Formats: sequence, structure tokens, C-alpha cells
Amino acid sequence: MLMRIVAFLISTVITGTLIFALNKRWGTVPALGRFLSPQCGFWQAGEASGEALDEDFQFAELKGKVSVYLDERLVPHVFADKDDDAYFVQGFLHAKYRLWQMDFQTRYAAGRLSEVLSDPRLVNVDRLQRRMGMVYAAEIMVKEMEKDPTTKAMLDAYTAGVNRYIQTVTEASLPFEFKLLGYKPEPWSNLKIALFIKLMSADLAGLSYAKDLQFTNMKSVFSLQDMDLLFPQISDSSKPIIPAGTAFAPPAVQPVPPANLDSLYYGNDTTVNPVQVPKPVDIKGSNNWAVSGSKTASGSPILCNDPHLRLSLPSIWYEMQIHTPTMNAYGATFPSIPGVVIGFNDNVAFGFTNAGRDVIDYYRIRFRDESRREYWYNGQWKACQMRVEEIKKRDGSTVTDTIAYTVFGPVLYDKTFTNGDSTITTALAMRWTAHDPSNEALTWYKLDRAKDYADYEEAIKFFSAPGQNMLFASKSGDIAIRQQGRFPLRWKGQGVYVMPGEDSTFNWQGWIPQEENPHVLNPAQGFLQSANQRPVDSTYPYFIPGDYFTPRGVSAYNHLDTMQRVTPQDMMKLQYDVYSSMAADAVPFLLKHVEENYLNSDELRYIRDLKNWDFRVTTTTRGATIYQAWFDSLEKVIWSDEFAQVKKTVAYPVEQTFFEILARDSAFHFIDNINTPQVETLNQQVTTAFKMAAEALAKEEAQNGLVWWKHKGSMIQHLLRDAVPALGRLNVEAPGWGNVLNAFGKTSGPSWRMIVHLTPETEAYGIYPAGQSGNPGSKFYDNFIDDWVAGKYYRLWVMKESEAADKRIIGKLTFTKA
Amino acid sequence: MRFLLATLLTATLSFIAGLYLPWWSIALVAFLVALLIKQTIGWAYLAAFTAIFILWGGLASLIHVRNQGILSRKVAQIFPLNGNAFYLILVTAMIGALVAGFAAMSGSSLRPADEKLLK
Repeated sequence: MLMRIVAFLISTVITGTLIFALNKRWGTVPALGRFLSPQCGFWQAGEASGEALDEDFQFAELKGKVSVYLDERLVPHVFADKDDDAYFVQGFLHAKYRLWQMDFQTRYAAGRLSEVLSDPRLVNVDRLQRRMGMVYAAEIMVKEMEKDPTTKAMLDAYTAGVNRYIQTVTEASLPFEFKLLGYKPEPWSNLKIALFIKLMSADLAGLSYAKDLQFTNMKSVFSLQDMDLLFPQISDSSKPIIPAGTAFAPPAVQPVPPANLDSLYYGNDTTVNPVQVPKPVDIKGSNNWAVSGSKTASGSPILCNDPHLRLSLPSIWYEMQIHTPTMNAYGATFPSIPGVVIGFNDNVAFGFTNAGRDVIDYYRIRFRDESRREYWYNGQWKACQMRVEEIKKRDGSTVTDTIAYTVFGPVLYDKTFTNGDSTITTALAMRWTAHDPSNEALTWYKLDRAKDYADYEEAIKFFSAPGQNMLFASKSGDIAIRQQGRFPLRWKGQGVYVMPGEDSTFNWQGWIPQEENPHVLNPAQGFLQSANQRPVDSTYPYFIPGDYFTPRGVSAYNHLDTMQRVTPQDMMKLQYDVYSSMAADAVPFLLKHVEENYLNSDELRYIRDLKNWDFRVTTTTRGATIYQAWFDSLEKVIWSDEFAQVKKTVAYPVEQTFFEILARDSAFHFIDNINTPQVETLNQQVTTAFKMAAEALAKEEAQNGLVWWKHKGSMIQHLLRDAVPALGRLNVEAPGWGNVLNAFGKTSGPSWRMIVHLTPETEAYGIYPAGQSGNPGSKFYDNFIDDWVAGKYYRLWVMKESEAADKRIIGKLTFTKA
Repeated sequence: MRFLLATLLTATLSFIAGLYLPWWSIALVAFLVALLIKQTIGWAYLAAFTAIFILWGGLASLIHVRNQGILSRKVAQIFPLNGNAFYLILVTAMIGALVAGFAAMSGSSLRPADEKLLK
């Protein structure tokens, strides 16, 4: 008897302990019992291949019937009787295939990652988002969007669709990452839609596009002449988006610079301390171009676009077709927002590249005291709006951050948030266009339905931020582009450096009128291109701050200029083109200046490699590896001595500026190393840089033979990045680099390649480097990657509902009113 | 015979329970089956262990095969099991089996003592 009692006690305690331990998350290890259970855990995400995909849904929210046909690439073709139903189903599908991604990205935008991830470094990531006013901006946006009944109906339907899907989620069908991280989805909202759009603003028109802090620090060391030289308005090689020579109308408004600029603004300012956000690993850029019928074989225009974003699994894109009585749009959509974002309909096509315009300025704030409740403005103490942000950490604790809002916007940096620098002496408020009311969602609503050029112009005027080069082509034969956004009216030089914020003198004086945003319709050259270069030549009447990079624009221009009888296949080759116009300019220059008689035989071997290189950044080339190492090393040799005097350097001048200065002036005073008594010449420095590079190259050669793809180490990571390498693709064997048209760098690249031939029956091609399903347990998770790497395309099928029996259809979802 | 019955019953009922109840319902089932079916504590443990080992291992293997290993290979890298899906299936089966085994032991030991069986 006693023995049984003992056995009972022992076994019960063990069972209880086991269940407790296996039902609980330990650090980053998921609750193993729940996670491993084949009936409710991660195994459930393992989709059976060939599984039937047909489903019927009945929902009270629907007004009519919706049929969704899934094709063999899992692209849904949505046929809805009512617009609202289409957006409801789009929300439902986005959630069905990408729910965790939507949750995660909007959480990131809102500064709420600490709630679900336990990495302590994320608290500062979250704080930065909140101090940038991401949620504040999204709240303003929701209010503005909901004022418009069309937009409100669209957003409400989309949100209802997402939420309807979330309600169907069971413990077993919970997406994989929720199980891995051990949390559950929360209800969707229109605010989250706005948060996603703000995330794009932060990515494409955010802190890394405003170099004010770094420039202010540099200005304290370099002369203004040097600043103009290092960060020029117009590059020698640039091929602007609006063809050079296009006449601009006289400006409708002109800003007036304040008096005493030299002392108040251009003087030395050594008080700016915050570390600017880390510079991106790669240049995030994009290409788009359109060729008018006069240059195509068919006589119909062709529009191409490949936005370069950080590549991820799941992709930021989800491909779909949406057909309703008012629209038939096909293209790439953003899970988290309604509509087709980059795509085409039965009449027109549209594509975007980033304008890269600086739409953030910083103002120095003088607080009355430590409480930060009041600041000096226009001769009096003015009350701040204090916004208390609570970051609820996964461990249950809360970090509170109180942010002062001024007339300019939130005070990003002050004593309570120095981003790692305790010597901070200045409070800086940010003025950002993304904080202003806007309704970008309406642009897509209207673009998806646009029939002609007038409709396109009507659609895009609602788009404030992030500024985009909005390219257009129509079946009626028009091609057009407009750099679209709400851009501040600045006097020359305004906003390049931190500005005084004690009164309204330095405020923005209005906006560049919409009509005067750089644009062109049907240019004589017969084509249009944009690749993140400066949009205009020097005759544009408004001040555009910032330096731009040009090599991809030059490549696109030079190719398109000479091409005739263009076909979609030519365009595919062009999007995949890896000719480096930058290297073609720079390599002969470097070879001219290197002192070969100072080089040993190993070093000369690399020189021979370069001499034999055709400037194409192919997968296996060695030339690109050697060139890049040499160029990077030369940048260090030339810049690092002078830049060491600058507090917190984030980046040197862009590569083509660097090259152009050297090519123009071999006596450029930065060439000399200021830390040595003698004066170095360009030849000496080029040679030194080469020898330094060669030493590193020799080490690397033993590892990887200097093969470009190995050197580059391209990857397409899962959104959780280093935490789950197994869910991403590492060491992708692919050509390209950020400064060639096929701009696949280390982590960024062409996130959606699209070619639309606007023939009477649309002929379109597209591909993106991931797959339609966000589920790592699906064969549709990453099935496009290999084809994308190889430069292949899928023919985009604009399905008609009469083709429902087509063998490409592998599943049908029907939605009817309950 | 009793062993076979207990094993089959535990596996079947656990599968059904798993459709509606949390993962630890396997413990509940194993406990109840052991309480109902007369066996030594050792045999009860073994029956439940075997039942869930087969159920969880079998279900995991089935999913693995039908999924062509797409998911299990990834998870076996996250864990880390060197990307070996077989180990992942083994770990899955073992975890379930251990919980069920001890729960059955607990259930079995609650039965009134039976001299014949104790021997």
C-alpha cells in the first residue's frame, strides 16, 4: 500500500512538473509540449503537398458573392460583385497567407517589438519609433483617411476581412511564427493600415534621408565650399528624371531666406551630438522606366519597375488580381493595406521608385527646465504637448518614455533620449512631412481604376509621403512621370543643417505647388527613366537639398537612348543588366594612377584581373571584388584623416561624387593625408589604397577565390533575421550590386520585377524573390527565389472569370453572405 | 492483452482529445486509462509511453512525409538538431511519451492494490 502511495506521489509530481515545464516558454525556447504536439503545435504548419485548396466561407459582412481562383503560383484572382467585398476578401487573404508578417511589421512601426521579443536591445528600437512619432503620425492619418467616405469604406472592409480571418484562427492553425515566439494575434484596425504606410515613409523618407545632424557636425570642421564640393547639388554625370533641357514654368511662390543666415545658420555648431540612426547596409534604390510606342516593336508602350527594398521572407509583396465592376487591377500588393500598389489595369500601368527627397528638418529646442514642459518660441514660454509612451516588455515590466511635442513636431533627441551619448547638450525637434494629415490610400484606390493620364494625375495628388517617382503608361499611348509628394518650400540651403527653433523665422514657408512637382508627359526622347537620382537639372526653380547617386540612372538612360524596336524580352535583359557604369569610369582612372612599379607580383596579378574585367558584376567575376575593395580602400585613404575630426561620421560622400572630384582635380586638398608631414599625391594614395586592398584580398582569396557572389554574401533573411537563419536563404549565388541596374546587394535588391507591355491585350511579366505564402511550412514560401536569381519572369495572367475551368487554377475559395 | 488494449485506448482517446483539448490532454487520457485498466504500474507506464510515442511520432512522420520535409528540416535547424528531421520526430515522440507514461503511472498507482498483479 505504502509503495503505491509513494509511486503515486512520485509519478504525479513528475507528470505535473513535466506538464508545467513543457507548457511554459523558457527564454527563447518555445513551450515544448505545445510547440511539438503534432495536433496543435508547429507540425500543423507543414502543408501537405497537393492538398485540396478549395474552401467555402459564409460571412455576415459580405454584400454579395466573391470567387477567388488560386493559380498554380498561388496568386489569387479575386472576382467580387461589390468593391467593399473585394477589399474585405483582400484583407482576409492577406491575413490567411501573411498574418504574422502583418502583425510584426505594424508592431515594429508602432514601437511595440519589446512586447513580443525579449531582446533587451529592442527597447531602444521601440523608443526610436515612438520618438519619431510613428503612432502619432498614424493617428493623424487615420483621422484624415476616415474623413473621406470612399477611403473609409475601403479601409473598414479591409480591416473587417483581416479580423474575420483572425477569428477563424485556432491554436492549431495559428501561423508558425506566433507558435515559435509564443504569442497570439491581436485584432486588426485601420490604425495598423496607417502604421504600415508610415513604416514605408520611415523606410523611404525617414531619418536616413535627412543627414542634417551629420552635415551640421561636418560644417563645424569643413568649409562651406568643401561642403558644397563633397555633397553637390548636381553631379557631373547625372541623367535627371525629367530630361535635361525640359523647360520649367516660373515658380508660383518663392521662399524668403531669413536675415543673418551666416551667424544664425551657417556658423559653427558643435552642440549636435546624437548619433544618427545607423546607415543602411545597402543603398536602397529602385528603377523604373517606360518606353513609348515610337521605340517599341509593337508600337505600344512598355512600363518597367523594380523597387529595391530590403529583401525578406516572407516578402513585403503579395501578388494578386482584383476584379470588381469598377476595376480590374493586377500587381503587387502590400499585406497590411488595401489595393494594388504597383501594377496595372485594363488601361494603364504604374510603377514607383523612391524620390529620396529630404522631408525631415531638425530644430534646436530650448526647454525652460529639466521637466521639458515648456520651450521658448516667438518670445514666450510655450507649453509642450507631453505624450507618455509605455513600452510593455515581454517580461511584464514597463518602460515609460515621455515625449515633448512642439510646433515643429516631437522632440526626437533630448536628455532622456540621447541614443547612447550622455554628453548631449541639445534638444532637437523634428519637422517631418509624414506627421501631416494625408490620405495615400486614396491614391491607390484611384490608380487601380485609372483609365488615362488625367485619372493618373487626379489619383497621385493625394500622395504626400514618402515622395515617389510615379511612372505611368497607358494603352492610349501616353508615358509620363511625376515626382510626387508634399515637398516643403525651402530657401536655398534650408534644412541642410540643424536650424534654430526659438522662433518661427526658420519654419518652412509652405509647399512646392503640386503642379510644379517635377513632371513630364510624352518627352521627345521617347522614354522615361528614374533610378533615385536628382529629379531635375539646375534649371528647376526650387531648392532640393541632398546629394543623390547616379550610376543606375546613367546606365538606364544610356541603354534606353540607343534601343529601338524594344520588346518585353529586351526589358527583362535590361532589368537584369549588371554593367557597372561606375566601374567603367573609375577602373581606367585607377589604373592610370596606380604606380605599378611599386607593386609585387601578387598585386600585379590583381591589376591584370582588373584590366581584363568587362565591368559586368556577374555572379562569378573576380573583377568586381577587386574593384570594390580598391575603391572602398581609396575612400578610406582619402577621407578618413579629415573625417576623423568630425563627430560621429555616418557616411562619406557617395561614390560617384568621390570619383568625379578626383577626376576633375588631382590636386584636391583632401587627397593629402593631414596626419603626415609630407604631401601625398593622388598617385601615391591610389597606390597605397591598392596595396591595402590587395592585402585584404589575398586573405580573402584563400577563402573564396574572390568570386563575386561569395564576396558579396547576398541573403534573403526571414523577418526575424539572425534569430532564425534556417527560415531565410543565405549565400544566394547571384550577380549584381547596388550601383548596377540589377541591384541585388547584400540584403536589398529588386523586390518586385515587373514589365507591362500595354498592347490591346495586356502582356505583363513579374516576379519577386519569395513566394505567395508566408508559411515556412509551405512549398509556396520561397518557390520564386531560384527563378528570380536566374532572371526569369512569370507571365502575369489577367484572368477572366470565364476561364475558371483553366488548368492553371489549383483552388477556389468562395465567399457568400451568411 | 491488457497492455495492447491500454495502448490502443490511450492512443485513440488521446487523438480524439487532441482535436478539442490542449496538448496535455494526453496526460489526462493516459491517467484515466491506467486507472480503468488493471495492469502493473510498470506495464501501465509502458503502455501509455508506447501509445503516445506511436501517436505523436506517427502523426509527426505523416506530416513530415506529406510535407516533403519542408518544415521539419527548417525547425530541426532552429532547435538545433543539425537539420535532421528524424531527430525532430524522435524528440516530439519522446516528449509526448514521457508525459503520458508518468501520467499513466500516476493513474495506475491509484488503483486498489491487487496482490496477484503486484507480484
